[in-house]
Amino acid sequence: MTFRLGFGLVALVMVVAAYMVVRSRNLVRAVLWLALTLLGTAALYALLDAPFLAGVQVLTYVGGVVTLMIFGVMVTGRHEGAVAEIDSADRIRGLLVALGFFGLVSGAILKTDFSAVIAPRPPSTAELARSLLDDYLLAFEVTSLLLLAAVVGAVVLARRRDPGPVGEGSPR
Amino acid sequence: MRLTDVLLLATLVFSIGLYGVLTRRHAVALLLSIELMANAANVVFVAFATLRGGPGEALVLFALVVTVSEVAVGLALVMLLYRRHGDTVLDLARETKH
Repeated sequence: MTFRLGFGLVALVMVVAAYMVVRSRNLVRAVLWLALTLLGTAALYALLDAPFLAGVQVLTYVGGVVTLMIFGVMVTGRHEGAVAEIDSADRIRGLLVALGFFGLVSGAILKTDFSAVIAPRPPSTAELARSLLDDYLLAFEVTSLLLLAAVVGAVVLARRRDPGPVGEGSPR
Repeated sequence: MRLTDVLLLATLVFSIGLYGVLTRRHAVALLLSIELMANAANVVFVAFATLRGGPGEALVLFALVVTVSEVAVGLALVMLLYRRHGDTVLDLARETKH
C-alpha cells in the first residue's frame, strides 16, 4: 500500500515536472524543473530496489548534467529577454505526434503480457558490479573511450580561437 | 507497483519529451527535452531489471554515459552557435552547414 502511494506520488511529481520542462517560458526554470524530474526518477529507482542507480542518478544527472545545463543557459545569456521565442508555432502538430505516440505505445503496453520472468530475484549492486567488470568489460572500456572522445570533442568545439588576422572570424 | 504502471509512466514522460523536441526552438530547451526522453528510456530498463530480471541495470549505466557525452557535445555546439550568431535559436543553425 505504501509502495503504491509512493509510486503515485513520484509519478505525479515526474509528470508535472516534465510538463513544466517543455512548457516553461523561462529557460533557467525549465532546467530546474528538469532537475526535479531527474530527482523523481532517482526516487523511482530507489522504489524499484536499485539504490546504487538512484545514487548515480543524483550524482551524474542532478549534480553534473543540470549544472552543465544551467551553465550553458547562463553563458549563452539573454535568459531574461529571449524567453518569448523559445517555442515554435506548430504546437498543434507536436501535440498530435506526441499524443499519437503515447496512444500507440501505451496501447501496446496494455495489450502485452509481461509475465515472463528471466531471473527470479532483482539484481543486487554486487551483481551489477560483477556484470559490469566481467560480462560487459569490453562495453565498459568502449564506453570510457566514448566519454573521452566526447569530452575532447566538446573542448575542440567550444574552444575560443585566437582572434585571427582579420574578421572572417568563423572558425573552421 | 506493477510493471505496467512504471512502463506507462515512462511512456508518458517520453511523450512529453517528444512534444518538447518537436515544439522547442531554443537549443538548450531542445537538449532538456532530449534528456527527458533518455531518462524515460532508463526508467524502462530499471523497471524490467527489477521486476523481471535481466541485465538492465548495467545497460542503464552505459546509457547514462552516452547521455552525458551527448549533453557535453550538445552544449559545445550551443556555445558555437551562440558565438557565431549571438543567439541560440535553432533556426540560425540552418545556415551553419557548409
